[in-house]
Amino acid sequence: MSDVAVHEADHGTHGHTTTTGLSNNKIAMWLFLGSECLLFGGLISTYMLYRGRVSEGPRPGNVFDIPFTSVSSFILLMSSLTMVLAVSAAQNRDDRGTTLWLTITALLGATFVGGQVYEFTAMYNEGLGFTTSLFGSSFYTLTGFHGVHVTVGIIMLMSVVGIIKRSTIPGDKAEVVELVGLYWHFVDVIWIIIFTLVYLIPA
Amino acid sequence: MTAATETHTEHDHSHDDHAQHGMSNAGYIRIALILAAMTALEVSTYYVDFGALFMPVLIILMVVKFFIVVSYFMHLKFDNKLFSFCFYAGLFLAVMVYVIALATFKFFAA
Repeated sequence: MSDVAVHEADHGTHGHTTTTGLSNNKIAMWLFLGSECLLFGGLISTYMLYRGRVSEGPRPGNVFDIPFTSVSSFILLMSSLTMVLAVSAAQNRDDRGTTLWLTITALLGATFVGGQVYEFTAMYNEGLGFTTSLFGSSFYTLTGFHGVHVTVGIIMLMSVVGIIKRSTIPGDKAEVVELVGLYWHFVDVIWIIIFTLVYLIPA
Repeated sequence: MTAATETHTEHDHSHDDHAQHGMSNAGYIRIALILAAMTALEVSTYYVDFGALFMPVLIILMVVKFFIVVSYFMHLKFDNKLFSFCFYAGLFLAVMVYVIALATFKFFAA
């Protein structure tokens, strides 16, 4: 086997020769995640600036339910464990294990999103609407964007489960699972920051 | 050393990296337990008065948790350095831009 061919097989480039010898898909995903840092950096900074700007409606300390959000955070953190176990199973070509761990990850993610919907509803009932104050607007925008990312992650996870079952992933399945895993872990690390800066550190 | 041999040696090295790529499942579970313990410590700051240590403890725990997930669960510690560059360049740019933006609005003076 030529060196180029060895490179292709090892890094899952699906028959395409790359100048780096690395998967272009994986480089693209890391670049995308790097750019996402800028998106969430902007949202988090905006919240930090506006969290004390409450002309009417409840203040942050009055609406946050820390025990509830702590449980949600723990669930999302554990979904990172199940995700990495899915990647590990995919690398061992264990399709059954991969689909099992991916499904559990999606369920944990759905639990987190369900918790966020419950939290938003409770906050709204306490008088914090999207336009009530700058705090409300920046809070819902930041955590809402994160929730949308988790939801997109769940759709990606279930799509991968579907295409693994139909065996329609061309080339290296492990790389596809790994790419979805990178996105999922990123969503988790963003929540690690949000949980501390938004919920635990008071305005 | 010919170019081909050089490429091969480089490949062997990256193959070694790939082998380390995956920690064992037990290793991942250990990392998750460490993260869970750190989260419990974070949450405890809501119930226990840490005094002047409150803010530093939370910030340090947040940063350490971030890098543990990125290094071990996302495999950056074991993967090719180009991936680290792609991600950390974006992260570094974001931190610099927004720290400067917050400083402009006198956020840190408050």
